[in-house]
Amino acid sequence: MFKLVMTISLIIVAISTLLYVYRLVKGPSTPDRVIALDAIGINLIAITAIISVVLNTSAFVEVILLLGILAFIGTVAFSKYLEKGEIIENDRDQ
Amino acid sequence: MKKTHVKTNDVIFQPVTKVVAFIIIIYSLHLFFSGHYTPGGGFIGGLMTAAAFVLLLLAFDVKTVEKTLNVDYIKMTATGLLIAVLTGLGSFFYNVPFLTQTFSYVDIPLLGKTALATAVLFDLGVYLVVIGVTMTIIQTIGETE
Repeated sequence: MFKLVMTISLIIVAISTLLYVYRLVKGPSTPDRVIALDAIGINLIAITAIISVVLNTSAFVEVILLLGILAFIGTVAFSKYLEKGEIIENDRDQ
Repeated sequence: MKKTHVKTNDVIFQPVTKVVAFIIIIYSLHLFFSGHYTPGGGFIGGLMTAAAFVLLLLAFDVKTVEKTLNVDYIKMTATGLLIAVLTGLGSFFYNVPFLTQTFSYVDIPLLGKTALATAVLFDLGVYLVVIGVTMTIIQTIGETE
């Protein structure tokens, strides 16, 4: 019963990831694609959590926080590139 | 690169960075010290510390971060390599092959009985080298106009 619930939720998250991949390919503008990538990262966190419950291990718990941090930094870097044209500025007060 | 001459005010991003950077650094230290018994270690710990520094570089600029942290990343890489080689050379004093690692149980106040392994010192070298190389690459790319 418990395993069935986990499998069903895994399938639902996988379908949602596929829909985000559609938005990533089709998305008319670049911000659409960036947001789709960010949401795929969050879905990846969910998949990792569900799989670590199914496999009955706590070895993947560190991966969850790692993916969260990396998704945040990646999205911030993308949006800074879209807004300003450069990611790392040399001197702000110019 | 196109440059817009509009002053931007990152009033949400900069305070969030000030909090999140500390959380990332603490997490990277946790990954570094837990490497012996659970997933983690010097490599991923160093990468996460570099990620915190990159987040600071994103929120502020290269000059501010250099003034605040004040570390020479090339010297950091050299120090890491030196530590890794010295832990290998230390085994010669005990008539054992190069890079032999050992550990012992030590009673530390507050922490109690703790296993201290010399492999942690080698891992510290890896940690410093990974931070140094990553930050050298990113800063060199970011500085050029």
